[in-house]
Amino acid sequence: MTLPMGRPMREIFGETVAELATADPRIVMLDGDLGSSTKADIFEKAHPDKYLQMGIAEQNMLGVAAGLATMGLIPFISTFVSFAIVRPLDQVRVLIAQTGLNVKITAGYAGLFTGQTGMSHIIVDDLSITRTMPGMVVVAPADDTEAREVLRWAAAYEGPCYVRLVRDATQRLFGDDYRFEFGKAVVVRTGSEVTLFSTGSQTPRVADAADLLAAEGIDVHLVHVPTIKPLDVDAIVAGAGRTGRVITVEEHSILGGLGGTVAETLSEHRPTRVDRIGLRDVYPESGPNDALLDIYGLSAARVAEQVRAILRT
Amino acid sequence: MSALPVAGPDAPELARLGEFARRIRVEVIRAVNHARAGHIGGPLSAADILAVLYFHVLRVRPEEPTWPDRDRFILSKGHSSIALYAAMALRGYFPVEELLTFDAAHSRLQGHPDMTRLPGLDMSTGSLGMGLSAGMGIALGARLTGRDCRAYVMLGDGECQEGEVWEAAMAAERYGLDNLIAIVDHNRLQQYGWPGDGPDGRTPPQVPGELAAKWSAFGWRVLEVDGHDIAAVCRVLEEACRSDGRPVIVIAATVKGKGVSFMEGHYFWHTRAIKPEEFEAAMAELGEPPPEAGTEAAPPVAGAPR
Repeated sequence: MTLPMGRPMREIFGETVAELATADPRIVMLDGDLGSSTKADIFEKAHPDKYLQMGIAEQNMLGVAAGLATMGLIPFISTFVSFAIVRPLDQVRVLIAQTGLNVKITAGYAGLFTGQTGMSHIIVDDLSITRTMPGMVVVAPADDTEAREVLRWAAAYEGPCYVRLVRDATQRLFGDDYRFEFGKAVVVRTGSEVTLFSTGSQTPRVADAADLLAAEGIDVHLVHVPTIKPLDVDAIVAGAGRTGRVITVEEHSILGGLGGTVAETLSEHRPTRVDRIGLRDVYPESGPNDALLDIYGLSAARVAEQVRAILRT
Repeated sequence: MSALPVAGPDAPELARLGEFARRIRVEVIRAVNHARAGHIGGPLSAADILAVLYFHVLRVRPEEPTWPDRDRFILSKGHSSIALYAAMALRGYFPVEELLTFDAAHSRLQGHPDMTRLPGLDMSTGSLGMGLSAGMGIALGARLTGRDCRAYVMLGDGECQEGEVWEAAMAAERYGLDNLIAIVDHNRLQQYGWPGDGPDGRTPPQVPGELAAKWSAFGWRVLEVDGHDIAAVCRVLEEACRSDGRPVIVIAATVKGKGVSFMEGHYFWHTRAIKPEEFEAAMAELGEPPPEAGTEAAPPVAGAPR
């Protein structure tokens, strides 16, 4: 069975931060002239006095966010991953991660779904970069439900955080009663033959892949890892222990992201073979979302196919 | 801009500020000599401005460094940190003796300012070009939270080659942040620079008039001053506080290495170890008695950092 579609995380972003700002006057939104794309425009309509247009000047925007945080405000960032993390990386490092200031790097257009922009805008090493940055915490929600929960958590969390948000509608994994717990992985499906770890909006597609595999008699144990850092080490070790065979799946490079952190963790705590599904050291091209998922092996069918192949080796 | 002239400091205040500027220079030379290496030229060119800021202009409480209504100061040219530390120690943030831990392991006085270690630092800096953005955030935050405080940011003239400075210049003007006061320590030298016919055979990072024209074009209120004329620095900063809806840039003409004759105007005093005879000569020029026997810095150690 295929999971239903949820709403685009960017709409959840604009709405949820607007709701949060109604309750907490310290919240402000800094926009790098992409509010109509990231849906920070929803926030702007609700709180015009708290919406701070920073122009096409992202290095400055991250620095302004640091200054605002020292004044007791809680800045949320509205731009794409490419301009929230990669372009102003030194500002994020020196002014936010090294200072521990309370800045919410809530970046949109994560992964492959960037509105057919091509490799200049598609960032697939953001998890690798941010998780190796001391002082930063990193969360990649699975769907609209979890994105809303994560944004609420981020507003309450004291310190810098990176939240990876997707542009378009993705499949809904969680029901309305789901509650995000920072630093905790979530068992989506119990199984005995192979353990799959997944993160972000890739997890619903892996859940569908698990259904396809179940129909063929392959019993998958699936664990969703929304918090990439700090990693839920106990859940990773327990998940690996359940089957003794681990595969990671991510809409991200296989270098340094979920696959990297799981492999590092298991090699220390429970040496286990880890196979990684994701982008294999390439700059992705532009194209419709479904085409990209197929090309890069991240659709449910393509994940199932790769899991099958790995289990044969 | 107000037509009324600002009052400026009286003679006793001028003498007091001059003495603090002298002591900042003495502590810079002493600490860098003790650390066996470090930036010298930039800290010395900034000393008079820092003395005026910390002893005449900034509304701060050293005993309560997190006082919410304090003025903020960001040393965007973070490599001149030892001059800032000297000003802060003399102002009472921490003991003057602690200056000799500068650049040492476990010190609160890191090579570049680390706000998580030293109370009283309003931002961590060191990677050039970032301080004005943070200062803009503080000025904007003060407005949003209704605090009557100002953000002062000191930039280097070489630092103004960083693109982020001009991003901040663009954005701060859009918000009309007249509680943001930037000061350029315009000492006309950077670490090495381009070959040319400027001071010591190098081309200045910004040619005369260029900085004023640039900031003016970005919509800032531009004030110019001799950065070593303490009375003039007092007056220009008082004038800078007369809000007119624009952020303010004070372009302070300074001399790299100011106060020690053989260090003045030479790019190679940007950062370097001081020889024992140079140390004694510098201290003598700054009016300090020679150090007592046994307190001189140990000779440089092979393999030591920098």
